[in-house]
Amino acid sequence: MSLSLELMLQLSIILPLLATPGIVATGHKPNLRESVTIGTSLVLLYLVFNLYLGLKQGASVSAHWGELLPGLKISFHIEPLGMLFALIASFLWIITTVYSIGYMRGHNEENQTRFYACFAIAISSVMGITFAGNLFTLFIFYEVLTLSTYPLVTHAGTNKAQRGGRTYLGILLSTSILFFLLAIVSTWFVAGTVDFKPGGVFDPGVNKLVAGSILVLFVFGIGKAAIMPFHRWLPAAMVAPTPVSALLHAVAVVKAGVFTVLKVCVYIFGIDLLALLPSTQFLLYLAAASILLASLVAMRQDNLKARLAYSTVSQLGYVTMGALLATSAGVLGSSMHIAMHAFGKITLFFCAGAILVAAHKSEISEMRGLGRQMPITMAAFLIASLSIVGAPPTGGTWSKWFLLVGTMETGQWALMVVLMVSSLLNIAYLLPLPLRAFFPGAEASSADVGMKEAPLPSLIAICITTVGCVVLFVYPQPLYELAQAILAAPGLAHGK
Amino acid sequence: MAAPLCLFLTRPRLVWFFSIVASGLAFLISCLLLQQVMASGTISYELGAWDAPWGIEYRIDQLNALLLLIISSISTVVLLAADTSIRKEIPEDRHTVFYILYLLSLAAMLGIVATGDAFNIFVFLEISSLSAYALIALGKDRHALWASFQYLIMGTIGATFILIGIGLMYQMTGTLNIADLSIRLPEVAQTRTVFTAFAFVIVGVCLKLAMFPLHLWLPNAYAYAPSIVTAFFAATATKVAVYLLIRFTFSVFGLSFSFTHLPLQVVFMVLGLVGIFAASTAAIYQSNIKHLFAYSSVAQIGYMIVGFSLTTALGLTATLLHLFNHALMKGALFLALGAVMYRIGTTQLRDFQGLGRQMPVTMAAIVIGGLSLIGVPLTVGFVSKWYLVLAVIEVGWWPIAVLILLGSLLAVVYVWRIVEVAYFKPSLEGADSIKEVPLAFMIPIWTLVLANVYFGIDTRLSVQVAQAASQSLFGVSP
Repeated sequence: MSLSLELMLQLSIILPLLATPGIVATGHKPNLRESVTIGTSLVLLYLVFNLYLGLKQGASVSAHWGELLPGLKISFHIEPLGMLFALIASFLWIITTVYSIGYMRGHNEENQTRFYACFAIAISSVMGITFAGNLFTLFIFYEVLTLSTYPLVTHAGTNKAQRGGRTYLGILLSTSILFFLLAIVSTWFVAGTVDFKPGGVFDPGVNKLVAGSILVLFVFGIGKAAIMPFHRWLPAAMVAPTPVSALLHAVAVVKAGVFTVLKVCVYIFGIDLLALLPSTQFLLYLAAASILLASLVAMRQDNLKARLAYSTVSQLGYVTMGALLATSAGVLGSSMHIAMHAFGKITLFFCAGAILVAAHKSEISEMRGLGRQMPITMAAFLIASLSIVGAPPTGGTWSKWFLLVGTMETGQWALMVVLMVSSLLNIAYLLPLPLRAFFPGAEASSADVGMKEAPLPSLIAICITTVGCVVLFVYPQPLYELAQAILAAPGLAHGK
Repeated sequence: MAAPLCLFLTRPRLVWFFSIVASGLAFLISCLLLQQVMASGTISYELGAWDAPWGIEYRIDQLNALLLLIISSISTVVLLAADTSIRKEIPEDRHTVFYILYLLSLAAMLGIVATGDAFNIFVFLEISSLSAYALIALGKDRHALWASFQYLIMGTIGATFILIGIGLMYQMTGTLNIADLSIRLPEVAQTRTVFTAFAFVIVGVCLKLAMFPLHLWLPNAYAYAPSIVTAFFAATATKVAVYLLIRFTFSVFGLSFSFTHLPLQVVFMVLGLVGIFAASTAAIYQSNIKHLFAYSSVAQIGYMIVGFSLTTALGLTATLLHLFNHALMKGALFLALGAVMYRIGTTQLRDFQGLGRQMPVTMAAIVIGGLSLIGVPLTVGFVSKWYLVLAVIEVGWWPIAVLILLGSLLAVVYVWRIVEVAYFKPSLEGADSIKEVPLAFMIPIWTLVLANVYFGIDTRLSVQVAQAASQSLFGVSP
């Protein structure tokens, strides 16, 4: 290992960006172009993994890119929460690239070069978000992420895509400019710094009303966390090609949102202060309402991707709620849920895409009996659904467990009930699909089409993420340790 | 030191090349000036070697130096593209006229900024306005004449008001030198005449400034003038007027007079905000892109006015920053529009269909310029917005901070209208032949676009100068 950790940190942000010209230059040779993407993603994972090892040994890694405005640096710093997110994102980028090769070719999409190029920029900004050392840096990459995913959302170029893109950009940009930026400026003004520090940056004696209002601004401003009523962009973004929905709108973008919420709660407010703020309670109930309502809406969607999108909105509510519970179990559950949900939801989206490519079906009502045609996909769908529901033997069990412990610790019985009811709702809207696919019942037409799975690269990707769901159940230790380090070890999470 | 700037008033050799050399020289000189001023403070030069209160004095402090830099740099970059652009838009035999007028106007603007004499300001203002009327009238559209006439009427009223104001001041104090005025005015500050003078000057300047609701001349003037002229004026002309406003209220009349005796703060704040919203909304409904960005200019002036009306050092810093940054944005945007004009001969929104594919480089420039206008991080727009919001919060006016940010959402709407048309609509019939513009056009556009990004990342120059200027204004003001 010849590279210093600092260099690796910076490389991991720049690298995907550097790949972009490469992707554009090799645009006319699809094979070369895709090997550039895959090569980059492998190197990225290597870098991130080394950083993880470094962090485990207690190294404190940061980098500065100079001052944008007096006192406002672009700086990066590695802490456990960011590490966790970076690992997930870089790992799933590889998988998604493999998947998209199958999907994009199988579906004969146009403008594939633009697709891969924007994808790389998006990943680069996700890395920037994960390692951001202060709110300001985070905000910059947050906006870059929004803008770089816009061409991905509107990829199809149709009227519908244009409308979807408009909602997407409209909500994300307006919440971030209107609330998020205001919250950052206010934090700067009240606390005099926007650096992430363990235990928060606010003075303990800070005016509770002011800090409470800033918290509300943050939670509303981080539109990517899709808290109702600012969730509309997520279903709108489903017009994008499925790999985009899978990685960006189940993992990268939305997770960047809840990640930011979590980071703000832990490193800007600090959970001690958070528990005292008057607005925390209100936001908790808002998150709970978001969980329940989104689940209910999801039940009524017949389009598979729309249903999954609303399910994501609901699951994001879990993470936000966990962060706002302001207990160690809550934060633990939240951060683990980022990982668990990422694996579960990306698998579900992969399956949805596979069904679209292989069987040309997007509506749930048409998928009866599909189990015979696509047994692997449907089995994967079943396992991933279990993970979202939070049933063993899948990773989702753990995060839901800690979230429940968090609600009990704080005596929020109502919220505990919400979590339980939501699990039931999850079962109701996810499980019928694979079950009906395998057991279509007597009335289903048994036109025997034989097995016709999605293209091989896509199938491989599906299998890897499905296995991931199960592995995370059996072997959650590293994840748990990382999540625990967020609060437990200030030495590790030593901010600048 | 300021004398070389006046060289332009002597008959220049009337070619493009010479204009560039002249403008480039001005640019170099203003760079040097800025450096010197930042290092050693105010520079003053007596024209004709008469001592200050009697002779005409040229006086450069941080504020002037910043303005000089903006004007001369934009003018140089814009001129680079001029040769290509006017070949399409102005008949061959008028090219010489164009350059003469352009240089006259440039010289006059530099003169306004550099001079330390109130009457001299008026003289230069008239020169710049007259050349501006003629330049606008050079536009090939028939509307250009009407637009020019409108501007003529409004501009003359404004200039007359300023003249009356200056006359009244002279009557009360017996001096025209700005530094001298600022010493003598407080003695007579409580008289009705000084109030009247102040009112006349402010209203006159606001007319020039195109501050809402006195902006009516601006959209047409911008829309129908030749593209080069629009790019130059949009980036500089209103900036000069903002400079005058700052100069008169802070240096001449003094902070305490300007803001304590009259409800100026409230008036400016309200007008600024209303301007932002009314003009942005108007921009959303325009079908001509030049009109659209012209209204956006009016809205951006609103931001500057809001910052100005805070009467704090931070607010003024925000205004000056925005002055600098907006010059970069609008210069880039109107120059890019000039490129579109060059290829398709119109800037109607519907003719933008599919341009994202045919002129990808130009459209990318427009998109980046637009993002800067919205205030996305890593562009200059973000820097000025950050300071403005910070300044507003410093005073504790939270609702206004929200309103400012809401205003930038309107910018998202009008910028995105262009993006959607350019990238999503299929190309028009027979549009296959549209190509990118020549390199001579592309280089200036991208110089400005990259400046947008560069000064959004490395803000040392702009922020330091703006801060120094606003601090010196607050320090000097009695």
